Amino acid sequence: MTTLTGPSATRRLILQGAASVALLGLGNLPFGAAPARAAANDKYPEEAFKQKSEADAIKALYGKTAEPSDKVKLDAPEIAENGGVVPISVTTTLDKVTSISFFVAENPNALAASYRIPVGTIPAVANRLKMAKTTNVVAIVEADGKLYSATKEVKVTVGGCGG
Amino acid sequence: MASSIRVRATANGDITEVQALIQHPMDTGFVKDAKGELIPAHYIQQLKFECNGKDVFVADWGTAVSKDPYIKFSFKGAKKGDDLKVSWTDNKGASDTTTAKIS
Repeated sequence: MTTLTGPSATRRLILQGAASVALLGLGNLPFGAAPARAAANDKYPEEAFKQKSEADAIKALYGKTAEPSDKVKLDAPEIAENGGVVPISVTTTLDKVTSISFFVAENPNALAASYRIPVGTIPAVANRLKMAKTTNVVAIVEADGKLYSATKEVKVTVGGCGG
Repeated sequence: MASSIRVRATANGDITEVQALIQHPMDTGFVKDAKGELIPAHYIQQLKFECNGKDVFVADWGTAVSKDPYIKFSFKGAKKGDDLKVSWTDNKGASDTTTAKIS
């Protein structure tokens, strides 16, 4: 920059304006963006599936943390002989459930599956997951904008992620 | 080719129970083949159930869902004879769709 004349002063003004808009935007984010992300997002949550740790995956998927709840019932075997096929199901007595997600803590990528539950669908899911080794399985239920979790350790005799 | 999706939906009063079994390798990208080469990841990303023009269940899956995935859920608001549309897409862009009658 060699000239310090009119255009560059205008430029500085514009930049200042942009910066304050950006700040305002950031300030609004916790109120505006979180529910929008949770509700009726039809896109595949690519980023959440790439996260390695359970905490990061929950953050990427929901943007908030979960509290343990006895209203979430996680049904998984004590011991899984074959980590490639572990039958896991979740039921809950919570109202206004919008999604149910499954995390396997020590898999290469913690998020295993995420289910969207529209109005009229019973908040109960059964599926089969792969587990690399003995670790915690966490089910997270999103109900009325809050997250509730249930955790259970499953012992795995033969891992299901190869290698 | 026969459909990769096997689905059974049974109505019991107001509640319809759906069970589905899909044929898919669900490769994680961590497993090596006989020659010691990595088998690239190949898995279903999204599975959708629609009934009467409305999504009743949407699953987003990662590689940790078992090979030939199985899923069970229930929903309200359908009756015997209604159509249930099931469709999936995987990370390579392949997809399949089938329609089952609720019995």
